[in-house]
This record gives sequence, structure tokens and C-alpha cells, in this order.
Amino acid sequence: MATAHVAVDRAGKFRKVCCILERYDYRPSGLIPILQAVQHEYQYLPEEVLTFVATSLDLPPARVFGVATFYAHFALEQKGKHVIRICDGTACHVKQSLPILSAIHEMLGTSEKQRTTVDALFTVETVACLGACGLAPVLVIDEQVYGSMTPERATALVDDIKMQENTGDSQAAGATVNGEAHVN
Amino acid sequence: MRGVRHGLQAASRRGSLAVKELTQPTLMIDGKTVLIEGERNLLELVRKAEIDLPTFCYHSELSVYGACRLCLVQVDGRGIMGACSTPPEPGLKISTTTPEIREIRRIAVELLLANHDQQCPTCARSANCQLQMLAQRLGIRKVRFKAVHAPVPIDDSSPSLIRDPNKCVLCGDCVRMCSEIQGIGAIDFAHRGHDVCVTPAFNKLLGDVECVNCGQCASVCPTGALTPKPEVDEVWALLADPTQTVVVQIAPAVRVGLGECFGLKPGEITTGQIAAALRRLGFDQVYDTSFAADLTVIEEGTEFLKRKTEGGKLPMFTSCCPGWVKYAEQYFPELLPNLSTCRSPQAMFGSLIKAMAPEQLKVERKNVKVVAIMPCTAKKFEARRPELGVDGDPDVDHVLTTQELAHMIQSAGLIFNSLETESFDMPFGFYTGAGVIFGNSGGVMEAVLRFAGEKLKGSKLDRIDFQEVRGESGLREASVTVNGTELKLAIVHGLRNARVVAEQVRAGKCDYDVIEVMACPGGCIGGAGQPVTTNRNARALRTKGLYEADKMQQLHKSQDNVVVTECYTKFLGDIGGEKAHHLLHTTFQSRHRILDEVLPLMQAHGSRKTKVSVCLGTNCYLKGSQEVLNTLLYHVQATGLENQIDVRAAFCMEECECGPNAIVNGEHVHQCVAANVIEILENSIESEDKREK
Amino acid sequence: MSINDGLIQLNEPSKPHDGQTAMRRVILCAGTGCMANGAMKVFERFRKEIDRVGLNVVLELRPEAGDRDVRLSKSGCQGFCQMGPLVTVIPDGILYTKVRAEDVTEIVEHTLVTGDVVDRLLYKDPATRRHCRGLEDNPFYARQDRRVLRDCGFLDPEDIHEFILHGGYSAAKKAYLEMSPEEICKQISESGLRGRGGGGFPTGRKWEAARMQKPGKKYVICNGDEGDPGAFMNRSVMEGNPHSVIEGLMIAARAIGADQTLVYVRAEYPLAVERMKRAVIDAEREGILGSNVFGTGLSLKCDVMEGAGAFVCGEETAMIASIEGRRGMPTPKPPFPAQSGLWGKPTIINNVETLAHVSRIINEGPQAFRSIGTPESPGTKTFALTGHVANTGLVEVPFGTKLRDIVLEISGGVTDDAGKPMKNGFKAVQIGGPSGGCLTEDHLDLPLSYDSLRAVGAMVGSGGLVVLNQRTCMVSIARFFMEFTQRESCGKCVLCREGTKQLLALLDDVIEGRADAGTLDLLEKLGRAVQVGSLCGLGKTAPNPVLSTLRYFRKEYEEHIFEKRCRTGRCKALLKPEINEERCKGCGLCIKSCPTGAITGDKKKPHHIDPDLCIKCGACATACKLQAVEGV
Repeated sequence: MATAHVAVDRAGKFRKVCCILERYDYRPSGLIPILQAVQHEYQYLPEEVLTFVATSLDLPPARVFGVATFYAHFALEQKGKHVIRICDGTACHVKQSLPILSAIHEMLGTSEKQRTTVDALFTVETVACLGACGLAPVLVIDEQVYGSMTPERATALVDDIKMQENTGDSQAAGATVNGEAHVN
Repeated sequence: MRGVRHGLQAASRRGSLAVKELTQPTLMIDGKTVLIEGERNLLELVRKAEIDLPTFCYHSELSVYGACRLCLVQVDGRGIMGACSTPPEPGLKISTTTPEIREIRRIAVELLLANHDQQCPTCARSANCQLQMLAQRLGIRKVRFKAVHAPVPIDDSSPSLIRDPNKCVLCGDCVRMCSEIQGIGAIDFAHRGHDVCVTPAFNKLLGDVECVNCGQCASVCPTGALTPKPEVDEVWALLADPTQTVVVQIAPAVRVGLGECFGLKPGEITTGQIAAALRRLGFDQVYDTSFAADLTVIEEGTEFLKRKTEGGKLPMFTSCCPGWVKYAEQYFPELLPNLSTCRSPQAMFGSLIKAMAPEQLKVERKNVKVVAIMPCTAKKFEARRPELGVDGDPDVDHVLTTQELAHMIQSAGLIFNSLETESFDMPFGFYTGAGVIFGNSGGVMEAVLRFAGEKLKGSKLDRIDFQEVRGESGLREASVTVNGTELKLAIVHGLRNARVVAEQVRAGKCDYDVIEVMACPGGCIGGAGQPVTTNRNARALRTKGLYEADKMQQLHKSQDNVVVTECYTKFLGDIGGEKAHHLLHTTFQSRHRILDEVLPLMQAHGSRKTKVSVCLGTNCYLKGSQEVLNTLLYHVQATGLENQIDVRAAFCMEECECGPNAIVNGEHVHQCVAANVIEILENSIESEDKREK
Repeated sequence: MSINDGLIQLNEPSKPHDGQTAMRRVILCAGTGCMANGAMKVFERFRKEIDRVGLNVVLELRPEAGDRDVRLSKSGCQGFCQMGPLVTVIPDGILYTKVRAEDVTEIVEHTLVTGDVVDRLLYKDPATRRHCRGLEDNPFYARQDRRVLRDCGFLDPEDIHEFILHGGYSAAKKAYLEMSPEEICKQISESGLRGRGGGGFPTGRKWEAARMQKPGKKYVICNGDEGDPGAFMNRSVMEGNPHSVIEGLMIAARAIGADQTLVYVRAEYPLAVERMKRAVIDAEREGILGSNVFGTGLSLKCDVMEGAGAFVCGEETAMIASIEGRRGMPTPKPPFPAQSGLWGKPTIINNVETLAHVSRIINEGPQAFRSIGTPESPGTKTFALTGHVANTGLVEVPFGTKLRDIVLEISGGVTDDAGKPMKNGFKAVQIGGPSGGCLTEDHLDLPLSYDSLRAVGAMVGSGGLVVLNQRTCMVSIARFFMEFTQRESCGKCVLCREGTKQLLALLDDVIEGRADAGTLDLLEKLGRAVQVGSLCGLGKTAPNPVLSTLRYFRKEYEEHIFEKRCRTGRCKALLKPEINEERCKGCGLCIKSCPTGAITGDKKKPHHIDPDLCIKCGACATACKLQAVEGV
């Protein structure tokens, strides 16, 4: 349920898209700088904004989608505030990284297809080999490496972050950790 | 001049002509001298020299793409380059096959096979797949590369087409066809490198986007990546059901195309054999859509004359092409009143038959099934339009393409070419030449002219044929004067051309009376349901065939079709009258993507929703619409009405002079301030509450 | 100060003015590398300290200066990137390296006030072990001939007046006022300047082809989409001397009859984008760009466009597609951009470095340019020297320089992975990045030029030089570059899209021990097909690293395939970790460290690794204190 504040924010951004389009005179040839400016505003390219841009420039949406997916800089999915990366390289895999992945998916309601939580707090990804095989299984949250993980420890970690977020104490989020398993 | 040219060609064939003696530009291909006569690229020259250089992505009507790398040739002194993209130059020496080029071609095809669903026997295109053919031609017996194909789900969301990305070779022909010829661009390349695929926007399903079902993408697809959606199994089931009376109608264009599936030349008229085959297959009544085309001419011609004399909406667009109709609904909804309200011949047929079935066939409506054989994939979509049926029972139950009919004939084991010709069943198998030419671009126009002209003159016309409206070009104009009245006509095929004309109409910049639009190049004879062919002359030959079929008829004007006349006197009543209107006319709907031009800001989850859109276009914005919107949003939250009110931001309601603009539950509010909108909202909710009680 | 003042005062275009006034000057390198290393902190500190000791800090350009004035300015990349942050003091001619904010006081008090040198901040030549005071005695610089890069380490890239004062835009003025387009094309052709972006196509010929198209709308595009990993020559010029790029564009526009130019910069170079944009604004403000160039009535506009992350957009036709708002997919050539390019109009696309040479050719004449380099490759070329060497950075040398001079002398010698000098460490140098080939010991005396490199299966490319030591697996290097090109392939043509994927798969087979004799054969056949048949330069050059390493290091491939052995030990899949039973004391540390439980053994007895369970992660070797684990 969006609060008015969020909605006003969205309307403001939408208005900014209109400004960007005006700045480029609605020229279809300006599609790439337009998308760059829109992404700067939204941090990614939402589908409905892309469709709106397409209609405004009198371009088929498939063409705008084609351009947006061609260039590496354009992101079509919003990542959550905290990115959780679970290593699925051989060593971690053998040490049961997948149950950890499942546990986190279950806890956050995410999946392989839907990697970001609805409240945009977390994105869950798998990566191949972070080079910390001695500490397998390994997971990384926001650039901080945690080793010797288990499903319980992993979900506890995520829980901590959630609590910090709820109390608005974002600086402390992710700081509590099981001592010996924490590696920088 | 021609004599000189013949002489030169003959001499070059003898190989005895010294290049120096020629006054015309030539080059050499594999040792033979070839004249340059305005060809656009080396590939056209090579083909003229009767060398069938393989290509995937080259199509003479589309822009040059240069991706398949199969048409590589060696140019002395310059290296190896694509023949499709190199312009001819006098004096070049070209080799089309060297060991190196041969190896590159094989590698290219092997690479494609390594990334392809290789289940050829069960593929819809296994009989005429270009990839398979090439692999054979190049003698490929082994693919030396790893299979890197990762299965992707098939998209069969569209009623007309099946999209199977597993069979796509990324030649881009479909993309360019949809964009360059049809001006739509519903599918395009996405992603990069090995992840590239051809897809609708945002990986949506084809049935959910702006595809108009014309199927031209499928007709240029070299493999089975895009194919018409079959309904053969359902029709077999119907035929086997003893309780059902299955009636079949055959479109004009089918009779000049079906033969190609059995080795006959394009344009060969096989009407009689088709009727015979259909009976063998088990259809109870075999009729001709051309009959209904005659009916369409009467209704549409009358409709036009009424508009012309009474100052109705002109120009009038024809509406028998379902691809065009969907296109107009999506991109030119404001021109929908210009479309003829007549149904297409297929639809009129189904509606009439099912309505007359109890009397004519002594069968109840629910036990009559209508199958249409069409050259067209969009007709499958048309048959499913909810307004073309009665109480949920569609007027046309199934549409089979020309190709599907061929499959049925083949699977029944019939030897098509040996069938004795038979005639259609009566009365609905009775048609005139005017009905038959509907399959050609310009055919509908000519048929209508034969009717309307006579009406305008008040007596028989001196001529039957109207050569002015015939032709191959995609955008033609003609003028016909009858009895002092000039009729300005436009004939269009290919939807990009339709856009050109529609934009002129929208801007009020033209004064046509009637505009015929067909989505497929060349008209219905070029429809996506027609046999797959590499014969570049096929369309021209099929067109010729239909004009010949016209000549073969006894009657050439729809108004002379006595069965049609009887239908009116005995069943329909007046032309364009209430019953005729009910059964033979239809309505259209705007499919303009309004939803996508609106940004949802607050979405109510309750069952009763009041919808508010506030315009944030520049004009309204400058007049304060953003403040209106923001105030409204806070108000909704403050009064706890989030579950009852949908708030959206819209862009440009095109009422700029009276902004700021808002729409509350469909009601336009001009020069609004937040207070107005809130008041209207609250009233609306109040009245909803009252109604609930 | 107006442009006319600056130009009228000029006698010789390249003589710096500051020498006249004897103003002391402190120049900080503000290239991206030094900036990342804290150059701005050093800058601010200088400001404070100079002020503190009672001298006047002068930040802007001044024609005259007093005794107590010290000009403090930033320059573009000075090239000696390993040694940054760099500080130059003139006219003393001192180059200080690795300067921290804490060092500034010392420099100010000793050098600026007293005129002494702070030895500990000078570069120490590892060969002679002597301190190098300035550029002349610094082996890194001494052997270079910095022409394109000369002003990069000197001028303030954000000061158009300084550029003009040093002769900037004088060539453009000459081109517009004193030369015809025909003459300009002739001079550039005579100079023999070849495209520095990689193609090496004669620039004059390209310009002439566009000039010959009928008059009308024409475009000049500067290709700043330097996508080769490890190449940063163009970046340095755009960041360090953006006006030189604009001047080159102006001359090119005049040569072909264009009124519209565009600089395409990759988005990964935000500083370059900013500097180019600012330079354009400054040039417009000074009336250099605009509707009346030098009073001729001709107009010239310049736009700066950012790329969006596609290496393939460095290819001419792909770049044009990108500028037109489409997917960056190349189109067949012919037609060539000079005939039909952007929006179907005659367009020339030149690399940053090519354009940076142009003004000097116009001012000094083609023969001066020809006076260095080789007859078929005249002039200088910048190279990004990286890899296993002591001095990495940006160098500029005349063509014809021997490979040895760069990779063994200027580089300061080959090092090991830890950066220590490695005797006889040179194995190969990869030249031209992912499109290039490798050169070996046998080529060290090869004089670098476009044609000499092509003859040995390599290419100059954009100028990336990656020196590889003996511990490098050449197959892995080939794979590294192939992965890059495969990832960056646009996907349009069959041969590149599918071919690079299959080449990569074949290389993986070699590296992971799955290959056989057929693999080599297929690598060569497929490589050749992709080379010959691809639609664009990316595809055509993608197999180069493979084919070139196959040519010169075939033995290594064969070892991988037939002996399942990687002689450098880099290919983990071919490792066979074994416990040396004589060294092993059975302490069990390795058992604890193994993630797969592949090691077994009783206490105090030699342990054993099960090859079926071993995933070659190397954790055991790290854990073992007795170096008893071998083959890892």
C-alpha cells in the first residue's frame, strides 16, 4: 500500500521524465541519452516508464526494450537496498550452499525469478566463487563476507538487518555477526 | 536497343565476347560475363546469372541486414565480402564458390545447428525449412560444435501465430518485415551477444502486445520459429462428430495458391479440386466465401453511396481485413467511424449461415459449425472477436489456412492433382467474378465500383473491369468518374502504407472517397496462410490467376448474384436494413494503449473503485496540475480512502487550453483545482454508497 | 583576454610562455589514476602551505607574474601512473612522485622557498639506483617522444586561455582562413598520418573521400569509445587536453565541409565526459565554435555524447547506429561512412589520438610529421604499458621504435606477480588488446609499425601493451580475451555470435583437460572462418589472440591437450595436487582446511589427497606450513 509520500515522489519522477523528453525535443534519435537521464532519476528503468517513453517518442515499445537491453549500463530491474550474494562455486556448493539459498528465499519470499523483495529491501543472487573457499559456505551481504554459514545463521543475519531497517537504524544494519565466522 | 541487349546476352553465353567491345557495364561471375542492369547488389546479379547463392537474412523487399554471412563471395583484389551488401561495379571479378568460402558457409550453418532445436521431423516447417535445406545442400553430415542451445518456452498466446524461439536463426527478417513493411514493430531484437533473441517488448507474449496477427513475419521466416497456429485437429474432431453439420467456406485467394503445395504453379486455379477434396474430407456443405463477398459488396457499396449522398463520414475505409481493423483500433481509433461497419465476407458468411441454418439446412444453430479456409492468419483472430457471434457461440468456429488444408488433404492420403473437379454446394456456392477478385489488392475496390458505378449511373456500365485500381504498388491512387460524379480512390497494401494514408485522413489533408486497405503485400493472395514459397513471382502469378477466375465466371457484378438477391428478399429484408445490420454489420473498439500512458500512483484494492487521472503534461503542469495531484494524494491518505480510489498521473489528455485537466470516473474536469476534484470524488463515493444501499 | 590576443602574440606555436616571466609553477597530475590516489588533497594542501609561507597562490593564467607568485595548476595524466600522485615544479624541472598531503610542507619549504630538492620524493631508477630529478634523466620519460601527450602533463585542461596562449587553435584558424579543404586533405595525406584507433587507415584518404561527396550536410565524429580493457590513451588526451581534440575536429570539419561534429565518449570515463563538455562550452563562449568560425561565416557545432556500455560501439557503423538511438549493431560496409554514414550523410570518424596529431601537421607541415617514425607509419604512437613490468603507464614513442625499448627499457624491466624484478622473465607481450596478437622474444627487435606487426600476425590496435612474464599461461590469456570479445559481441552475425562462443568453449576444453587433437584443428578452422567472414572488425579480430598464441606457443596448447599439463600451473583444472610424503608430518591442518573432505590420513602419517574429490581450490597448500603440497 503506497503512502501518499511515495506516490507524490512517483508523480514527481514521472514529471521529470516529461522534462527529460522535452529537453530532447521528443527526438527518437535521442533515445539513449534520454534513457540515461531517466535511469539517473530512477536508478533503473521501470517497465511502465520505458513504455511511456516509447509512446512519447512514437517508437514501438519492442524497439525501446531492444535498446535498453543492448547496452550494459541500463538496468531493468531494481535491486534491493541490501544485496545478498550466496556463493555457489564448487567448494561452497559441496558444503551445502543451496539449502542456505532456499532458506533465505523462503524467509524473504523471493525466488530465482523474483530476486528482489516486494519492499525492495533485499536482492538475493548467487555468484560463482568468491575465492574464499576455506570458509565455505560463504555469503556476502553488502560487500561484507560471512563464512561458515548455515541456513539458521544466514536467516538470523538477514533478520538482524530487517530489524535495524525497521527501527531506522540503518548504520548498525548487518553489523551483528557470529564472531569467528565473520571475515572481512 | 533490345536487339542489342539480346545479342549481347547471347554472345556472353557463348563466352566469346571481349569485355572491351561492350558499351554496357559488365562484371564477371565465376568466369561468365554478366550485364549490370540496375541491380542493387551483387547478390541480385549472381541470381540473375542463375546461381542460387544461399541466404537467410536477405529479402528483396526489406533492408539489407548482412547477418547470416552465407552470401559471401570473393572479389578479386578486394577480399571476401557479402554479396547482398556490395553494390555492383563494372569490371569486378567475382567467385561465388571457393574452398574457403565453402568452408565458411558450412561452418556458419553448423554453428546455427549447434544452437538450434534439432527435432526436425516434428517441426511444422520440416518440409520447407531453409536451414534444413541448406544443411543438405552443403552436405553437412556432422555438427562439429557443442550444442549450446538452452530450451526456451514456446509462445502460443496468439490465436494466429506460434512463436518458437528455439528454432530462430536470428536472421531478423520478421523484425524488419514487421517494422519496415507493416510499420508496427511488435517484435524486435533484445539483449546482446549470445543472449540475443527476437521478442515482443519486455518478453511479453505475442498475444498481449500490438501484434495485429497479419502473420507476415511467419511468411518470411526461413525456419519454424514463427508459424500459423493450427486448428486442424479441432476440425478433424468436428468432422468426426456425427451430431455436427460442418459447413466450409473457401476464400478466393486459396484457389490460386493451394496448388503450390502439390507441385502446381502459383496462380493455377484449382477450385474444382478443392471442392472435391473438401467433400472427401467429410465436410457436409462446401460453399464459397466469394458468395459472401458479393453480399459484402452490396452492403458496403450501399453504405458508401449513402455516406456520399447524405454527407456521412468520408473517406470510407474498407474493413474486411482483420489485420487492418486491429491496426486502426490500436493506432487510429479516432478514424474508426470512417471504417465501413460491414463485416468481412468470412464473418458475414458465418453469421448468415448460422442464422439461416434451421431453415436452409434443417439443423439447429448449435449443431452447425462453420469452418473457413483462408489465406490469412488474422482471420483466426477475427473469428474469435466476441461481437462476431451469438450468445457466446462464434459465427465462424475455426479458420484453417491454405497450408492447413493441404495438410489435411495429405494426411487423408488424397492425391490432389488426380481429383475430379466438382462444384460447390448451392445456394451459397454461387458467386460472381466480383466476389472472387476480393483476394487481390484492388479487388475489393473494383468489385464495389462495379456495383456502385452502376447505381450512380442508374443503368448498366459500359465496362466491367476497372484497370485503374489494379496494380502492384503498395500505395495507389485512382479516379473514376461516373455520371459526372468523380470518385477519388486509394488502394493500399502493407500497413506502413496504410499509416501514411491514415495520417493524411486524420490531418484532413486528403479527399478520398474510398480507401481499400489490405495488410498483406499484394493483398490476401500474399497472406501468411498461403503456401511458403521462394518464388519471387508467386504473388504476381496468383493475382493474375484470380483475375482469370473472374473472367471464367458467368457473372461479374455482385448485384447480378441472384442468390444474394434472394437472401435479401426472403430473409434479410432491406439492404442495410435492421436485420441486415444486425447480422452483417459490426462495431469496433478502441485499443489505444491508454493504460500504458498512465502512471498508477495509488491503486485501490477494494471492489468499488473511483478512478482519478490528473494530467501532468507540460501545459497542465504549468497551470498547477502537480499541486492538484499532490494535494489529492495526501487527502486520500488522510481520509483513509486508499482502498476506494485509484489515483493516476496521465500524460496529455490533449485538452491543453482548458487545463489543468483531470478525469474522475470518466468525467472530464477542466481548469480544476484540488478542491474541485476532491468534491467530485466525494460526491461520487457518496452516490456509490447510496447505490449500494 | 580574448582569443585574438593570445594568437597574435604567438611567434612559434609550441613555445610555452611561462618561461618568459619566470613564474614558479607547481603542476599536479589530475588524471583519473592520481585523482583516485588523493591528488586533490595534495592540491588543497599546496594551496594552504604556499599561502602559509607568504607566497602568492596564483590559480588562474596570468601573462605577467611577480617574484612572489606561484602558479598552482592541475594537468591531465602525466603517464607515470605507477608513481602517482605526481607533482612537477617548473622552471626547476623537478618531478616528485608518490606525493602525499603530508609531504607538501616539505616541498613548499625546501623547493619553493629554498630551491632545494627533496630527494626522497624523487623517482629512484631501479637499474642505476639513482634518483631522477626530472624528466630528462628518468628512463621512463627519456626514451619517449611525447607529442600528443606533451601538453597533457602540462596544461590545465580546464583553461582554454592557457591552451590558446600555447598556440592552441592557431592551426584551426589557419585551416579556416588560409587553406582550402583540398589543401588540408592534401597535407594530411602527405603526412602519412594513419588512423590511431586500430585500423591504421590513411586519414587523408578518408577525409578526401568525404570531401569529394557532394556538398551538403556532413558530420565529423571523434571516437572516444576506447573499450580495450587496459587502454587509457584516449582517456588521457580527453581528460588532459580536450581542446586539442576539438581543434582536430575543427580542422577535419573544414577539410570535408561539415558543420556538425560530435565527440562520443564512453560513459566509464566520467571525467573525460565532463572535461570535453566543459571544453566545448568554453570554446563556444570564446566564439571559436559557433555560427561564425573565425569570421568566415561558416558555422560549427560540437556535441558530446556518452556511450552506454557497449564495446562494439567503437566500430564506426555501430557507433553511428548508437548515435541514431538504435542498438549498436554494425552495418555492412560498403557503403562506407565517408559516403553514407550518420543519417545517411558523409561522415568521417576519427580516433582521439588521430585528431590530436592534426593541428601539429597543419602548423608544421607534413614533412615535419614524417621526420620521425617509419615511411609507412610516420609519427608517434601512444601505448598503455601494463602487465608484469615495473613502470606501468602511458608512453608515447615514434613508430619504428624497437619493441625491446618499450617493454624492457622504458618499462623498467619485467617483474613477477609481486612486482619484484624477474630475471629473464619476459615471455610475451600482448599488443592491441582483445583484437591483437602476441609477440615473443623473437620479436623484441622488431621495429613497431602497422605493417611490420601485421606481417607477424599481430596489430598495433589501439595501443595496449600487456607484458607477460614466464608464469603466464598463454592459453589462459587467449581465453581471457576471448571471453571479453564473446561478451561484447553484438550478436548480429552468425560467425561472431556463435563462433566466439564456440571458440571460448573450445578453449575451455583445452584449459580443463577435455581437449583432443580435433580441438586444435577446429580452433584454427573456426578461428579463420570468424576472421574472414564476420560482419565487423570486432568479429574479424576476435580470434586474433587465439590464432596468434597458437602460432607462437603451440607447444603450450599441446601440453594442455596431450599431456593434460599446464606448465605455469595457472590452469587449476590441470593441477594435480599431491602431498609430498617425505615432507608431510601428518599434522592434519590440510584435512581441516579441505572443503570437500578429499584428504585423508592418520595422525603423524603422510596424508593423501583423493583426486576424485579434490576441487583444486588450493586451501590445503595454504594451510600447510611445510610446503608439503605440490602441484598447486
